[in-house]
Amino acid sequence: MGATPEIAAIDELIRQRLDEILPGKIEEKLKEIQESKTPSMSIIATKGTLDWAYPPFILASTAAALGWDVTIFFTFYGLNLVKKDVSDLKVSPLGNPGMPMKMPFGPDWFKSINWNIPNVVQAGIPGFETVATSLMQQTIANNGVASIQELRELSQEAGVKFVACQMTVELFGFSHADFVDGMDYAGAATFLPVAQQSDVCLFI
Amino acid sequence: MNFDKELDARGLNCPLPILRAKKTLAEMQPGQILRIIATDPGSVKDFAAFAKQTGNELLSSAENNKEFEFYMKRK
Repeated sequence: MGATPEIAAIDELIRQRLDEILPGKIEEKLKEIQESKTPSMSIIATKGTLDWAYPPFILASTAAALGWDVTIFFTFYGLNLVKKDVSDLKVSPLGNPGMPMKMPFGPDWFKSINWNIPNVVQAGIPGFETVATSLMQQTIANNGVASIQELRELSQEAGVKFVACQMTVELFGFSHADFVDGMDYAGAATFLPVAQQSDVCLFI
Repeated sequence: MNFDKELDARGLNCPLPILRAKKTLAEMQPGQILRIIATDPGSVKDFAAFAKQTGNELLSSAENNKEFEFYMKRK
């Protein structure tokens, strides 16, 4: 049974009217939802050196200051970043051609020299990494850049959630007592749903 | 401009000026004004973005003598 001509005309009118109203309404509603939602970020931290310790904690502490919900999932070498003592984090210029090798002391002309030391020399000098690390720490302090310890504390204070990968904790022979307080221990199945709901998801 | 509290963030680098400002604002009352002085050139854009995101109003942002001065009104 077909619709009467009157009903067909009314249907057509309704359709037209909806086409006019709906796009604006949907946009309005979406904006409302977006503005009421707390932004969120999840980070996977996989690196365990002094240089790579910075991005996760800088982004996490800043996002928390902006009012975001933040979770960092520490796995593999990233576990080093949540050990109670992070003073032994090192940076290695060996095989790292992107790293400028500049001295943090002396006159300006001296500080601007980029010491291009061949890998074979770096590898042959005992303690090269330790020296490079202490020079880096000096540079960090000279530039008013926060220490990892400080950024980590600020992150935790601001409510950033720390989750350690239980599998790699065991794989590397660590125990929960090695890590800072307030950690959760879980696996991939815990992280993925958190990541799915996040506006920003980073692998570092 | 009058202000209720002052934050000296000179010599501090990203993201410390923002983190300190956030902490200081949390200790203040809504409507109060915080004056921030920083030397990090990145802080100009960062404080504008911080204000936009958090709803605290950036009343002014100025540079003099390589120092940056911000007035921010707590939400």
